[in-house]
Parts: sequence; C-alpha cells; structure tokens
Amino acid sequence: MLKTKDVTVQFGGLTALSKLNIEVEENQIVGLIGPNGAGKTTAFNVITGVYKPTSGKVYFEDNDISGKKPNEITKCGIARTFQNIRLFKDLTVLENIQIAEHLRIKSSLPSAILGFSSYKNEEKEMHERAISLLEEVGLLDNIKDKASSLPYGKQRKLEIARALATRPKLLLLDEPAAGMNQSETMQFISFIEELKRKHKISVLMIEHHMQLVMGICEKIWVLDYGKEIAKGLPKEVQGNKAVIEAYLGVD
Amino acid sequence: MKNRQDMLYRVFFIGLLFLSLFYLQKTMDSYAVRIINLCGIYIILALGLNLINGFTGLFSLGHAGFMAIGAYTSAILTMPENVKVVNFFMKPMNGFLVEANAPFVVALVIAMIVSGLIALLIGIPALRLRDDYLAIATLGFSEIIRVVFTNTYSVTNGALGLKMIPTFTNIWWSWGSAVLVILFMFSFSKSSFGRAVKAIREDEVAAEAMGIDLFKTKLLAFVIGSAFAGLGGALLGNLIGTIDPALFRFTLTFNILLIVVIGGMGSISGSVIAAVIVTVMMEALRFLDESVKIGGYIIEGIPGLRMVVFSLILMIVVIFYSEGLMGKKELSIDSLKEFGKSVKARKIHHRAQQKDVKKNA
Amino acid sequence: MEMLQSFFLSITGMSVESFFQHLSNGISLGSLYALIAIGYTMVYGILRLINFAHGDIFMISIYSVFYGVAVFAIPWPVAVVLSIVITVFLGISIEKTAYRPLRNSSKISILISAIGVSFFLQNLATVVFGGRPKAYPVPEFFSRIYNFSGISITSVTFFIPIMTIFFLFVLLNFINHTKTGMAMRAVSRDYEASRLMAIDVDFIIMLTFGIGSALAAIGGIMWGLKYPQISPFMGVIPGLKCFIAAVIGGIGNIKGAVLGGFMLGIGEILIVAFLPSMTGYRDAFAFVLLILILLVKPQGLLGENVSEKV
Repeated sequence: MLKTKDVTVQFGGLTALSKLNIEVEENQIVGLIGPNGAGKTTAFNVITGVYKPTSGKVYFEDNDISGKKPNEITKCGIARTFQNIRLFKDLTVLENIQIAEHLRIKSSLPSAILGFSSYKNEEKEMHERAISLLEEVGLLDNIKDKASSLPYGKQRKLEIARALATRPKLLLLDEPAAGMNQSETMQFISFIEELKRKHKISVLMIEHHMQLVMGICEKIWVLDYGKEIAKGLPKEVQGNKAVIEAYLGVD
Repeated sequence: MKNRQDMLYRVFFIGLLFLSLFYLQKTMDSYAVRIINLCGIYIILALGLNLINGFTGLFSLGHAGFMAIGAYTSAILTMPENVKVVNFFMKPMNGFLVEANAPFVVALVIAMIVSGLIALLIGIPALRLRDDYLAIATLGFSEIIRVVFTNTYSVTNGALGLKMIPTFTNIWWSWGSAVLVILFMFSFSKSSFGRAVKAIREDEVAAEAMGIDLFKTKLLAFVIGSAFAGLGGALLGNLIGTIDPALFRFTLTFNILLIVVIGGMGSISGSVIAAVIVTVMMEALRFLDESVKIGGYIIEGIPGLRMVVFSLILMIVVIFYSEGLMGKKELSIDSLKEFGKSVKARKIHHRAQQKDVKKNA
Repeated sequence: MEMLQSFFLSITGMSVESFFQHLSNGISLGSLYALIAIGYTMVYGILRLINFAHGDIFMISIYSVFYGVAVFAIPWPVAVVLSIVITVFLGISIEKTAYRPLRNSSKISILISAIGVSFFLQNLATVVFGGRPKAYPVPEFFSRIYNFSGISITSVTFFIPIMTIFFLFVLLNFINHTKTGMAMRAVSRDYEASRLMAIDVDFIIMLTFGIGSALAAIGGIMWGLKYPQISPFMGVIPGLKCFIAAVIGGIGNIKGAVLGGFMLGIGEILIVAFLPSMTGYRDAFAFVLLILILLVKPQGLLGENVSEKV
C-alpha cells in the first residue's frame, strides 16, 4: 500500500535520510525504530509531504505522492500524529475532531451560511461520526473541554482520534506510547489492535517502547543515521547484531 | 425545542434593536445620528478585520486600502452624471465611469465584489508569506492603492477627492448591513469552514496535516474580510459625502485594529461591543484635540492628544489584557442564561450562608 | 567627449551633468536609508520583530537637534551628541516597556504593541511640538556648494555618504571582531541556545536597540541637513521604506540592509529623474520593489532560508 523508493532527504550538507525503502501492506502494523536522530520523524515528514524528497519517490496505492502537499496526502488516505502533540489547544475536544472531518465536506460555503438542509445533514453526520470516535477512545465525557485542559494521556488519545477522523487508510503514529508505563502500554496494544480491526487500517509506528513494538508490530524497520540497518519480523530484528550495537553504542 | 426558542430570542433582539434605532433616529440630532451610523459601519469594518486577523490568525494591515476601493466604487456608481462632471474639473473623468450608475443596494454589492476581487489578486501572492511579512506586504498594497488613487485623476479625481456623494447611508443601511454581517459571522463561525480557519490560527502545521488546504482557506477568509472592508468603506463614503485618498491612510487601519484588539481577537460579540465603545469614545474624546468650555473657563485642547490616549490604550490592552474584552468567547443566549443562573445561584448560596451565620450566632 | 554627452542626452533626455547630480543625490538618500535600515534589520534579526516605532525614533532625533539649537540655543555639535543620547535612551526604554513584556506572547501581540508605540510617538510629537512643519537648523558648513565641470553639489551630499561609510565600518568591525559582537551574532542565530551559553540575552537585546537607535539618530541628524523641513509624521514613510530596504537586502543581514538602502535611495531618485511624470508614484516605488522581492526571493537578496522544524 505504501512504498518509499530510495528516498533521500538532505538539508544543505546534512543527509537526514539516505535511500529509504519502506513498505507497508494493507491491514498491517509496521514499526519504525532506531536511536534518537536516526531520521524516523523525517521519514514521517517525507511521507506526509512536509518535506520534499531530495531524491527518490513515495508511492501510496500505486500513486506517486512524492512532493505533494500535506493536505493532499491526507486526502489520499494517510493521517498522522505528532511527536510533540499538536492539538488545537484553545478549541474543544469535539471541535478538534470535527476539524479533521472538514476535508471530506461536500457542501459549499454559501449552503453552510444559509443553513441549507444539505449542509445541516452533513453537519449532523459529521457530528455523529465525531461522537462515535470519541466514544471509542473514551473521551466522550470531555467533549466540551478545551484540548489543552486534558491530561497528557487523554491528549494523546485525542490526537489519534483526530487523525482517524480524516478516514485514513494508513495511520502514522509518532511515539504514541511516550510516557506510558507497563500496564498502560499493554492497554495501548489492545487499543491499537481494536482500531486496526474496526477501521480496517494499516499503522506505521515510530516507537521507543520495545515492549509495544515487539508486541504488536508485524514487521519492523530499523534506522540509524538516516540509513536502514535492519528490517524484518520482530524476532529477527531483536537478535540482529547491528541493531543492538546501534542502540547500545559500540566501543 | 431549543433551536426554535433561540431563534425567537434572536428575532426578538433584532427587532428590539431596530425599534430603538428608529426611535433614536427620530429623536436625536444629526450629530448623534451620524455617530450611530458610524458605529454600525465600524462594526462591519471590525468584523471584517477580525475574520482575517482574529479568526484565521493572519496579520493583514491592508484594511484601509480595501475600504478605499469600496468607497470609491460606490461613490462613482451613485453619483449622478452632472455631479461627476462638476467634480472632475481638473481632468475629465473616464467616459465609461461618468455614465456608470446604479441604485444604492447594487452599488454596495458591486463595491464588495470589487474589493473582494482585488483582495483575491493581492492574496494569491501575499498569503504565501508568514505573519510579519504578510503585515508589511498588505500594508504595502494598501499604500500602493492609496498612491494610485491619488494619481489617477481621470478615475478618482486624484488628490482632489470626490465631493457631493449622495448621502444614502442611513440607520437602516448601516445597521441593517451590520446585522447581516453579524449573522454571517455567527453562521460562519459555527460552520465547518469557521472551524477550519480557527484550526489554521491554532496550529497551521496540524491543520494542514488534517487535510485543510491552507492556501485556499486563508484566501477565503482574506477575501471575505476585505469584501466587508469594501462594504464598510462604501457605506462610509455615502455617509460623509466626501472622500479623498488621504482619508484611507494607515491610521484608519490602526483604528479598526484597535477595536478588534480591545474587543478580543476571535470574538464576534467583542468586536461589536468594542466598535460601539471605541467609535463613541473617539467622538467623545474629540474635546482633547479641541478647546472645551467648562463653567467659565476655556481649556485649550491639543491636537493629537486624542490619538496619544488611544495608542496608550492599545498598548495597555495588548500588554496587560491580551484577551481583550471577550477573548475568543461569544456573548450568546446560552452564555447570558448561564450568567443569569450563576447570579441566581450565588444569591441563593449567599442567603444560605447568612442563615448559617444567624443560626450559629 | 561631446559626442558621448549628446548621445547620452538623446537617449535619456538628460544631460550627463544632471545625471551625476541626481546620482549623487541618490547616493546620499541611499546612505540615509541604509543607516535607518540597519536598525530594523538588527532588531528583526534578534527578536523577529518589525520595530514599527523605529521611523518615529528617527523623527525624535531630528526634533531633538531642532529643539537644542532653535529653542535652547545649544551649539550644533552639542545638540547632535545630546540627540544621539536621547534617541538611544528612547529606543532602549521602548524595548523595556513595550516589547519585553510580550516576548513570550504571540507575534501578533508584539507587532500590535509596536504599532501602538509608533502611533504614540507620532501623536505625542504632534502634541508637544505642534503639527506645523518646522525648519531644521543647518549649519553653514553644510550648505556650501561645490562646482566642478558643470555639476553643483552641496557639501552635505558628500558628507552623508562619507559619514555613513565611516559608521558602517565601525559597526561591522564591532560585530565581527569583538566578543560582544559575536554574542550579538549568536543571539541572532539561535536565541535559545545563546541563553544556554550564559549569554546575557537581555543585555544583548538592549545593546541591539541602542545601536540601532544611535544609527537612526545619526541618519536623522544628517537627514535634516538635506531635507530641512521637519514634521511629527516625517518618520512614517521613510520608516516604512527603510524596513522595505532591509527586507529587500535580506532581513537580519546588515550588509543586506545597506544594499537595500542604497538600491531604494538611488532607484527612487533616478526613476523620478528619468520619468518626471511618475513623481506622484515616487513612494510607491519602494512598495512595488517589496512585492517583487517577496514574490521572487522572499529571504532577500543576501538572505538565507529559514524553515520550521516539525
């Protein structure tokens, strides 16, 4: 479904990514791991259109999406969360979700302003979809709260729900389990599996929590210094010498 | 049902508003009536700027330029031919424009359309720039418009300006338009499109990642807001009866910016309230600039003092009360009900406290 | 020689002598613009703030000299020094009261505050000095006219570029070869990292405003020599133009500000000289240039690209 072909990203003299070849199939959960600064978020940024690849291409469902604008790529079916949580802070939980539904809107501005029933019906549908998403992530009680007033864990959930509201086929999660403890991580694993099942999506995940990665990912890519140093099934990657060295450092 | 009830409240308020305005128009002198008209016009201008700066988070300083476009368009379309000929005594007016004429409502609509179109032209290149650059670029365009108007004598009569513009603007036009703009803004704010512009204000990167076309959405807000500026300018021209390019200097944009900041960037009701307050204060504080007679003494006014006071107010508000009057919140029927409830609740609580005190005494 | 001259005249409609006269005027004006533009570019480089009030600080410096000489009968050189002191003090005070409290607020807030300060100064000047234009005191030394080969140029027109080059030299040496100058460059590059490196950022910012204001004062003092009619709103248009000059050259870049200033000054004068019918559009020239640069190379002629980290 998603395929990057020899994607290289350079900023001036710095090469952030070098000939990256990642693949994500339908209904698959893939992990992207590596030490800090390995280029994982850069990979996300290239896939979602924030950066243009210096060379190489990104394909989604056999379409070349390299260099397209982020909103176009989201429309194609790729949604993401951010490492530093970028919610719409001063807006309510509900509004955060509703905004993510805007891209699929069919009504025009005049019909919205004049309150045509075609728009009112669409608004109702969007509202209902938002409610069901919030129910799924357990945020229904916070519906009128400001996004910035939520505790950290709930903010993460909101960000995921918001990304889901764009009705993606592929969900990119950037360190979704950051700051979670053991039991929370276990809950998170079943949460993601439920999402995958219910929404029939694939997930590409950047994570540092090995427990989560090994527990849920069907395939893993490992990056270091912008290059791929290993890929394969969790068991294969776990035992891979290069991976261990990258994380622990070599004398 | 709730919606029905709210609708009735709204109709009631609007009706009440127009009744009071009608009464005021009949009873007050022409000076006061003019101020009331100005209030209505400034509501429109403030809401236009608020849409761009407050709701979408852009920073446009070009409002005066679009006002000029609207004012001149409406003036040219409403002035009868003979008046035009008299005005353009230095250089004859462009033939097509001399003949161009339209009823007031059409002139207003065309003024909005022309302003909107120019905004579209300016927005397409300018909106690619980030905040502070956008500010300077829009300011630059506004100045270019002013300079062009000052120099194209065959179209605008240049620095001489236009006189004897038919004074069609009365309370119905100014406040009627204002009410329509207010209704539009509330409707827009509640809609998905309104949420989209607010998302851009909150976090552009996240908004784009959630599928919002930044450029198109920003352009939409910019064009609509500037069209409102054109509407306000047109109403202004047909209120005062004379316009010239010097009227549309940056100072005018500053005054509207002041209103939006005081009212709260992102609040419709804030802009409405602030527009009325500031317009009235601008007139009321005129005495600072002119001499005033109190008792038997004449206190000399100093020109410029009024603006000194206003710039201080702007700075104080932006430094200490950055949220302005209303922040991003709205005065709505619900919020008024909530307020009423909380007052009631406080009274009951207070009375219960007093009872306790008496018991324990 | 004569042939070249008539050739020139036929193409441009202007004699060679006139051309050089206009050119020297343009260089003078360009120098003044450069001095003021540096203040804008330095402040923007550090704070990412368009100091709208800069043009009005320039105006205050001019009025300070006027008041010193015309009202308090202070000798000109003393008035000049006093003017610089007053202007520097004003610039630093503005930073402390109107900008520092908003350093952590949104960009728009601080921009609005800057606009507020600008309007405040203009109208305060109107209140205190009166709105009617006054005549700047020009010492005789500056009105001397020099003639050579048919061109007559006032001494001022030489004096200004020479002084500008001198101060530029001093400034660039300071920025590039002193420790404090290095600190200023560091803060301009990376605000947060500089704080971590134990650089007293508040002091550096104060210094930036101080230097910028001093240069604006010097520019103002010399401006009055060339254009002796002064009024409270005289800083508005030059201020705007000088910010535009800074943008054209590459905002944050001192050499860029100088380049932009000269481009604007020379361009403005020559356009009006070659196309007298465009005199009314003289002020629009700067804005048109601005729009062009923002469309073609927004980071300015000598500027570099800065992108946001996601």
